[in-house]
Amino acid sequence: MIKVYTSSVIDAPADAVWAQVRDFNGLPRWTPFVAESRIEEGQPADRIGCVRNFRLRDGGMIRERLLTLSDYDYQCSYSILESPMGVENYVATIKLTPVTEGNRTFAEWWAEFDCAPEREKALAEQIGQDVFQAGFDTLKKVVAR
Amino acid sequence: MIRVRRSAVIDAPIERVWAVLRDFNSHSAWHPAVGPSTIERGEPADQVGCVRDFTLKDGNQIREQLLALSDRDHVSTYCILDATLPMRNYVATVQLKRVTDGDRTFWHWESTFDVPRGREREFEQLVGGQVYEAGFTGLAAFLGRGGRQSPALSVTDVQGMVAMSFGGPEVLQLRRLEALPPRSGEVRLRQTAIGVNYIDVYIRAGLYRMIEPPAPIGMEAAGVVVESNAPGFSPGDRVAYACSPPGAYVTMRTLPAAQLVLLPDHVDEETAAALMLKGMTAEYLLYRLHRVRPGDTVLVHAAAGGVGLLLCQWAQALGARVIGTVSSDAKAELARANGCEHPIVTRSYIFAEKTKQLTGGRGADVIYDGLGRDAAQENLAALATRGHWVSYGQATGALDPVNLSAKSGTFSQPVLFHYTADYLQPMAGRVFAALRDGILKPDVRRRYPLAGAADAHRDLEARRTTGQIVLLA
Repeated sequence: MIKVYTSSVIDAPADAVWAQVRDFNGLPRWTPFVAESRIEEGQPADRIGCVRNFRLRDGGMIRERLLTLSDYDYQCSYSILESPMGVENYVATIKLTPVTEGNRTFAEWWAEFDCAPEREKALAEQIGQDVFQAGFDTLKKVVAR
Repeated sequence: MIRVRRSAVIDAPIERVWAVLRDFNSHSAWHPAVGPSTIERGEPADQVGCVRDFTLKDGNQIREQLLALSDRDHVSTYCILDATLPMRNYVATVQLKRVTDGDRTFWHWESTFDVPRGREREFEQLVGGQVYEAGFTGLAAFLGRGGRQSPALSVTDVQGMVAMSFGGPEVLQLRRLEALPPRSGEVRLRQTAIGVNYIDVYIRAGLYRMIEPPAPIGMEAAGVVVESNAPGFSPGDRVAYACSPPGAYVTMRTLPAAQLVLLPDHVDEETAAALMLKGMTAEYLLYRLHRVRPGDTVLVHAAAGGVGLLLCQWAQALGARVIGTVSSDAKAELARANGCEHPIVTRSYIFAEKTKQLTGGRGADVIYDGLGRDAAQENLAALATRGHWVSYGQATGALDPVNLSAKSGTFSQPVLFHYTADYLQPMAGRVFAALRDGILKPDVRRRYPLAGAADAHRDLEARRTTGQIVLLA
């Protein structure tokens, strides 16, 4: 089991950032790597247990299940059901915390998963930077005031 | 229950921020509102359960206990045990999180507590703004300075009134001196007002061998910090001290920070310089050496003198019945106006019979005696059974050994500096509170320029003055 942790500061109020992040079907809007997404079986995107099925810009398909969603804590978590990444037991969490100084947002995104030992370092780097940090960078532009 | 939450982003790696915050006694180094702080019983500042005892720069005093500390989660939780603020059930948590994007630190500070009804908003603002937000700014500035208190200055020219030898007032001469840059734990201050006390005359004359001439004299002063190498003190802070060794008759002085107290807004520097020594003397005499209770009969000698007037004011406020001795009708009036219910006018130290009359034959529960030898027999006669005779000065000469078995009495010969050595902050705090509440009424009657210190001594020795004397630097 390895853990990847990425955090950033987004120059927008937590409510505004959360409005983007809480939409489990919203990845195409605030990430650079998701081309299109749908929620399976026509479920609402904030129903716990729903599955998002999305296509990456490089063509790969991923299915993820929503595990938790808290409007009170600005936090959600999900697991990977299918992906081309070669990971198992993958659970990720996004959490937002208001920064009262400047009315900004502290954003955290972390994941725990298993993979082949020789791939740990490269995967951690790839997920931490190319997924989480890249997502935050796009999110910053989307919510820019 | 109030909940206060504040958070900020500090532009430094979490390891650097946590290294400071995990030290429960570090706040005096970086928080602009925090004055001197100590960990009780000398315990390590990362020992869970340790208690920090500190003074806020507005004069409030607080004791806080460390409840939890986690190096893994970067969390510190603590509570208030005692405070001069009306806050109850205060528990606060500091948590740091790493901002991987830019190697910065997210700092979350949160607490819950109760305050008297109607003051919730005031305390939300106070804690959130003046404690938490001011702390964010203060720590960021502290780290920006490299964790040092302030930049180093060079040796500065100073003027001082130096006793060139032991002798009369004429031995005091204005000379150039130095105030060295503060070493670790020291502060350099620009002095604005200096207190003049009779002990200065004794030291100048060589009766108390506390200096080796040529050396500046003087026990107390107030001023402004110009450079600090000590936690809890920053340039611009107004401070005062009353301590040995002598050397206060100077324009600038470098001192251990442990000897300084921060002045609350309501105490000006002139008042502080005039009152630190005498006020703290009255404080320990009434609260520490002997605890004066309502209904006690207190006998104060030289009741119109510097300490005498303060003892009368304060003892009366404590509910005691104050009898005093003075040397003239004019001084009797002054003493009476300051809380002395029964001033006894006597030039020959005869007061025991009168004291017994005034107390139905019982005598005084406590005698504050600065007279010494010539009043000894009368003091013994004036003391109540199980009374306390406090000899804090011996103006007429040293006392012979005293036999108190006839009264089951207690005899004390206290020295101020043995009290300030351990209790300086609470002693000064109580003096400042008594000033604020109008219990102590400072009476600065004479002001001289520093270079006029010899004139001040001449007037003091000729008994031409009443009230306090200060030198203005």
